[in-house]
Amino acid sequence: MNGIVKSFSGVPALKSVDFDIRGGEVHALLGANGAGKSTLIKILSGAYSSDGGTIAIDGKPAAIRTPSDAKAHGIHCVYQEVDTVIVPQMTVAENIMLDRIASSSGSPWVRWGQIEEEAASILGRLKADIPVRKQASLLSLAEKQLVVIARLLAENAKFVVLDEPTAPLSLEEAERLFRVIDQLKRDGIGMVFISHRLPEVFRISDRITVMRDGEKVMTSAAAGTSADEVVASMLGRAFVEEFPKEEAQIGKVVLHVDRVNQGRHVRDVSMDARSGEIVAVVGLVGAGKTELSRALFGADNRSGGTVSVNGKKVSQGDPAAAINAGLVLVPEERRKQGILVGETVMRNLSLPFLKSISKLGFISGTREADTSDALIARLGVKTSSRHERTAHLSGGNQQKVSIGKWLPTNADVYLFDEPTKGVDIGAKSDIFRIIGELAKSGKAVVYLTCEFSEAIGIADRILVMCDGQIVKSFDRGEATQEELLLHASGGRGERA
Amino acid sequence: MERTMNFIFKYGALLVIGFVIIFFSLWDEHFFTYNNISDILRSISIVTFIAIGVTFSLTVDGFDLSVGSTVSLTTVGVATIMVWYEMPLVVVLTVPLLIGALIGLLNAFLIVKVRIPDLLATLAVMYIISGVQRTYTKGYSIYDNMQMSDGSTAPGVFTDSFLQIGQGKWLGIPIPVILMVIAVVLVHLFFKYTRYGRQMQMTGGNEEAARLSGVRVKRIRTAAYVISGIFAAIGGILFAARTGTGQIDAGAPMLMEAVAAVFVGYSVLGAGRPNVIGTFFGSVLIGVLLNGMTMMHVPYYTNDIIKGGVLVLALAVTFIHLARRKA
Repeated sequence: MNGIVKSFSGVPALKSVDFDIRGGEVHALLGANGAGKSTLIKILSGAYSSDGGTIAIDGKPAAIRTPSDAKAHGIHCVYQEVDTVIVPQMTVAENIMLDRIASSSGSPWVRWGQIEEEAASILGRLKADIPVRKQASLLSLAEKQLVVIARLLAENAKFVVLDEPTAPLSLEEAERLFRVIDQLKRDGIGMVFISHRLPEVFRISDRITVMRDGEKVMTSAAAGTSADEVVASMLGRAFVEEFPKEEAQIGKVVLHVDRVNQGRHVRDVSMDARSGEIVAVVGLVGAGKTELSRALFGADNRSGGTVSVNGKKVSQGDPAAAINAGLVLVPEERRKQGILVGETVMRNLSLPFLKSISKLGFISGTREADTSDALIARLGVKTSSRHERTAHLSGGNQQKVSIGKWLPTNADVYLFDEPTKGVDIGAKSDIFRIIGELAKSGKAVVYLTCEFSEAIGIADRILVMCDGQIVKSFDRGEATQEELLLHASGGRGERA
Repeated sequence: MERTMNFIFKYGALLVIGFVIIFFSLWDEHFFTYNNISDILRSISIVTFIAIGVTFSLTVDGFDLSVGSTVSLTTVGVATIMVWYEMPLVVVLTVPLLIGALIGLLNAFLIVKVRIPDLLATLAVMYIISGVQRTYTKGYSIYDNMQMSDGSTAPGVFTDSFLQIGQGKWLGIPIPVILMVIAVVLVHLFFKYTRYGRQMQMTGGNEEAARLSGVRVKRIRTAAYVISGIFAAIGGILFAARTGTGQIDAGAPMLMEAVAAVFVGYSVLGAGRPNVIGTFFGSVLIGVLLNGMTMMHVPYYTNDIIKGGVLVLALAVTFIHLARRKA
């Protein structure tokens, strides 16, 4: 791939990127969130078309505009959500040979004996012990992944993009996948390997490319590169954005979390947050931060552990109970969970505290209007009026509504899940100001983010999360972005 | 184009109603008379009650297909309580309301707890209730001193005080019409000014966001289905009181009319969501159409074509509008 350029509504996502894959090698593609990795592979696989640049295969230019173009050139992708490409009610053999069965050319008859034989021989090549007549829905996630890989082989793949294939896997399952990857290597297949976990990148890659802000910053042989070098080039220059932190009096423990579990996403998380304290939980995408925030708030059922606010246990699976206990969540999925986009600003703001402005079930119109106007002013929501539908607000202003609705509830603990995602710089500083004010007024704040620089900027304490566990804790001023990234990617944990 | 579309969405339904009224008035001088108007309003009052119930279930983004058979069951229910058992008026009125609430609870249990999709759950319940009604009456309609299957005669009759509810007048206005207006106003106030009405609308708007804002969405959705059942039961009582008999399968044709009324109501004044004022105008439109067609001697068996046509038109306007708003 040469000089690939892509921008989304004027914002450049890729600035002339060169990238190449050799047959029989694993080429790791690394970068922080938003560095341009996914955009690049989506162009390679035909999901996006590029604005400029060329793609050549074996020296011959290849026009890839659609996913089927890419497949015709032998380029295949294995995305994280393998379930979306598996037909659950069909057998393993049918899933592997899906292309053959579904193709309109050739004989109209399906020869089951031959299909099963071929499927079995491909699985044998991968040394995968999966019965070909088993129904796909009964497979484990790791087995489904192998079925998807087997399907690529059935379709004569020459290049395979593996997009964070190990994220949902256990250590043993990941190890089995690496052996499959080694086998593919020997078969001469070139692979792009995307992962946040540095140890495994070094375990299986031949070359490493690091991207940052839509540019390629480094390509080198894995053997001669250290983890520290990779981390340094992922982060680049120190983040200069300034988040003035307000001084707040830190008091007694308000939120106490004891060994909370949530399936395999959150494992034995214990933490405290004190009044006036901002605790950041940092981790890479998929580390389990969102699951943790939802488990604490009771949006999802916890599979174990307790959450207490002011010494009182909060019952689970019931956000209303958490809110009554003084625990509130500003969720990551703003437009789906934080606000109702079809409703007005006022009706969004007042929803959590309708009870306090109602008498005998009747909402006081004036109190609702006054409280809303006061919140709009205090938060700096840019809206034509309180009657504007929130769908018409910018992302940052929607986020302010999603936060502001909690302010009159007098909650003691605020959970923020990626509150600055998709928010412009002006709204960002407003959001930091609100969070600072909350801490100053004695609230406990838990700030979950994958932006390390933000955590360093505003937090009194930083907890690093990796694979559902808290692996490290830093006090204010102790942590650097490099250290956070290293711990978040399992570089210093037991995974290494 | 954009402006015309918005105009059509906002005023289209009211314009159609106005146009239809003018058309029938010109066609037949008897159409726009006090007696006929009062007839139309009385004939739509039952459907309006059922449609109010449908408005509730649609507000929480659900659906209740069982309202028609709830009407049927409560109609024969009140009839048998009077004709077979000679119970006092209090019992005659409370039992059907309880039945309606219970059917609503059953629906809510299946939809909210067991998580069967609303259309399928209430489709099944619709058949169950309809079957219960036929089994209970052994397939016969109920009338004063009816012949029982063992050859004897039923002891009771429809009492005058009960028939008043459906046939009486107050200041020259039919009582069902007065009840309908009161119900529409109360439900309107409920949705506009009370916390529970607001929580229903928010639950229907985005259940997950409402839940994460502290709304107890399961309770709210359950309440909506129970209220839907109760309003259908009121429809059943009114139907028995108006006809003075307990006709079997009386509610079956009303489901369509009620649903059509609610969807016409979506677009009244551009609300874009279920709303009770719109629902009222929706049933006015259907009532006027059916009344006028009868006057024009269009045979009654074409009625379903008209109702279906109105529903399709209302749905088309609503969904085209929703699709445009998303874009």
